Formats: sequence, structure tokens, C-alpha cells
Amino acid sequence: MVQSGRTAAVLAFLMIGAAVFSANAQSPDRPASRPASPKHGTVFQSPATQALQADDGANPAMLWVGQGETLWSAPAGPENKSCATCHADGTQSMKGIAATYPKLDPKSGQLLNLESRINQCREQHMHAPAYTYESAQLLALTAYVTIQSRGMPRQVTVDGPAAAHFERGRAFYMTRQGQLNLACAQCHDDNVGEKLRGDTISQGQTLGWPGYRLEWQTMGSLHRRLRACSLGVRAEILPFGSPDYVALELYLAWRSKDLPLESPAVRR
Amino acid sequence: MNSRRPGEQGNQTWPNRRRLISLAAVVALLVVSPQAALAQRPAVTAPGDIVVVGDAIPAPLTTTQPDAARGRAILLDRAKGNCLICHRLPVATEPFQGTIGPDLSGIGRRLTTSQIRLRLVDQSRLNAATLMPPLYRTAQLVRVDAHYRDKTVLSAIEIEDSVAYLASLKD
Repeated sequence: MVQSGRTAAVLAFLMIGAAVFSANAQSPDRPASRPASPKHGTVFQSPATQALQADDGANPAMLWVGQGETLWSAPAGPENKSCATCHADGTQSMKGIAATYPKLDPKSGQLLNLESRINQCREQHMHAPAYTYESAQLLALTAYVTIQSRGMPRQVTVDGPAAAHFERGRAFYMTRQGQLNLACAQCHDDNVGEKLRGDTISQGQTLGWPGYRLEWQTMGSLHRRLRACSLGVRAEILPFGSPDYVALELYLAWRSKDLPLESPAVRR
Repeated sequence: MNSRRPGEQGNQTWPNRRRLISLAAVVALLVVSPQAALAQRPAVTAPGDIVVVGDAIPAPLTTTQPDAARGRAILLDRAKGNCLICHRLPVATEPFQGTIGPDLSGIGRRLTTSQIRLRLVDQSRLNAATLMPPLYRTAQLVRVDAHYRDKTVLSAIEIEDSVAYLASLKD
């Protein structure tokens, strides 16, 4: 009797333990966490790809940075304003800015990533039409603004009015989705360094975006990269700039707190 | 060209005889064919009707005879099983194989056919935290792309073919 009672207790303990473990490993309630030893996405690339990124003369993404520099002072809209009209020298005024995005817009209460912020500036201050998401111009301007923070530590605000967006991003990251029923965390927290065919699973750090992806043979935004992940698990491929992706972007930026930005990166 | 026998040429008294025979044949077919089709069409178990016993699914998902060679092709196909993205298989011609899931060499020695079937159909019934995608399940999935909604990753016969191949891996 005593023996069976003890056995039952041990069994119950084991079952509770298993239940807690399995809930923790796949539940949408899994708490936000950062990788114990953070690694840039570049670490997971081949030596040849790393070399391509390291040399600004060879990095193909620098073509977009160059175009962005031109666009920075290109007048648009009825008042012939350019970014430079208000922000003068971008290499000075934009230092450290990209490291703080996505950021809450206090006026609208919307969470804006850098792309949306650039377009908001064009529409509200230049009275010029917004650039299409993923257009060469928006990629170029985003890359130009982002490179001004290269090497600077990422610092995003996730408390106060941004907290709800952060929570939305966390939940998206932790929730299994798609026909293949996989959560971001299952690969990018739990299986970092393992092989997906010939590729190594990264930590899903987002410090290199916008970046040049060899598979695309062009520059792309973080949202284009996220769409590729959605496609990979056969989940809904959300529109560029969708609130879910921007919220996820905020969660991922929080995850890489204090790590230096490395955009424009080169990825496989 | 002319299949009529010479004697039939002028047979005007029974103009409808051949038509009657055709009609009778059609009627016979109509009566018989649904049963014939039922007998030939394989019975397939829908994802919601799967019966799990212990850690296995003893009954095949379809009455169609499985084919291990076809299963091997399905498992290697990146648009079908795509197993090598996470697993290793004893296929020397495939140099880049995943390391996330267990090595499947010798899986037929370690698991029974019924156990392998459950692991392909929906491994989460054994381990809620598994990474293994449910290959024959449509319920309780979130944000599935419209193209794949209410569809299984593999069909019933594709599961059975795959099970047959994996069960054959004895070393």
C-alpha cells in the first residue's frame, strides 16, 4: 500500500514534470527570453559570404546604400523638400536612429518600423507619396539610414505604451503556426546550430537587415525574410508592414538588445 | 471499315434491335458499375477518423497496396516528405542531411510499422513539444496558408508508401 502510494506519487510527479516541460517547449505562454550566448546572423554564414559582407567594396548591398544617399537629398512633393531639408547631413543626424526601431509613434499610437517611419515623413512632412514597401527606393533609403547605426548597440523600448505590441510579437514568436505546425522559438531558440539540410539554424537575430540575400540576388527587408519563414512552415504569408510582422520585429529587436547592428548584411 | 455482316444490311424489320442491345448494356452498366467502383475505389481513413492504440496506429490509412520504392521517393521529395531537411536517411547520394530529428537508419528495427505510422501521422500525440510536423492532420492548426488549408501534408497512400519504406530500413 505504502509502496504503491509512493509509486503513484513518483508517477504523478513525472507526469506533471513532463506536462510542464512540453507546455514550456511549445506553448504560446512561453515567456520572452534572449539567447544565453547571442550570435550575429553572420556567424552562421559560409566564410565566402562573410567575406563578401566584410568588404564594403564587394558587398552588393552597398549599391542600395549609395542610392539611398542620393535619395536623401532628392527633393519630392509640392514644396520640393528632401530628407536633408530637415535632417541635414544624414551621416550625423541619423546616427543611432535605426538601433531604436521599431518605435511607438506617440501621435498615432502605432508601432512604426524604419520603413513606415520614412514613409510617414514623406507623407506628413514632404507631402510626397509613400514609397511602395520593398521598392528599390524604400530599401535604399532604409539601408542608408540603417548603416549610420552600424556597430551601435540595439536599444528598443518595449515597456509603457509599447508593451502591448511587444506582447503581440512574443506571442507570435512562440505560437506554432502553418501546416507544418512550427513556432519560431522551436528552431531559433531550441535548435540553434543544428542543420536544416545544408544550412545551419541561426538565432534569428535581425541585426543585418535590410540586407542582400544571395538566394534573392537582391536587397530585401526583414519582412521579406519573415515572409520566407512563413512560407517555410506553410503559414499565411502576411503583407509587408503588417502589424503582426512589425510586432514580431519589435520582439526580435528586444531579443538582440545591446548587440551591434551589422546592416547591410549578406545572407545565403 | 464496315463491321456489319452482309446479312444485316437490309434488315429493316428490326431497326431498333441493336439500339435495344446497347440500351440494355447501358442499363446493366448503370446498375452494376457503382458497386464495381465501390469495390475498386480504395477505402481511405480521414484524418479525423484515425484510431490510435497505445503509441501506434495499427490500421493502414488506405486499402491500396503500399509501395516502399514510391515511399522512398516521397520522403526525399522536397515538396512532399522533405524528411532530409531534419533527418538523416541511409541514402548516399544525398550529401546534405539535417540533424534536428533522429537518424532514421534502422528505424524499421526499432519501431513497428504501426508505431512508424503514428509518428508520421501526428507525433504530437506522443510528445506535445515535438518539432515533427503532423503529416496527416488538418485540425487545430493555426494561420495555415490558404493553399494548404484543410489539406494534409501527405495523402493516405503517400503515408502508407512512406511507412513501407521506413519499415524496410533494418540496418
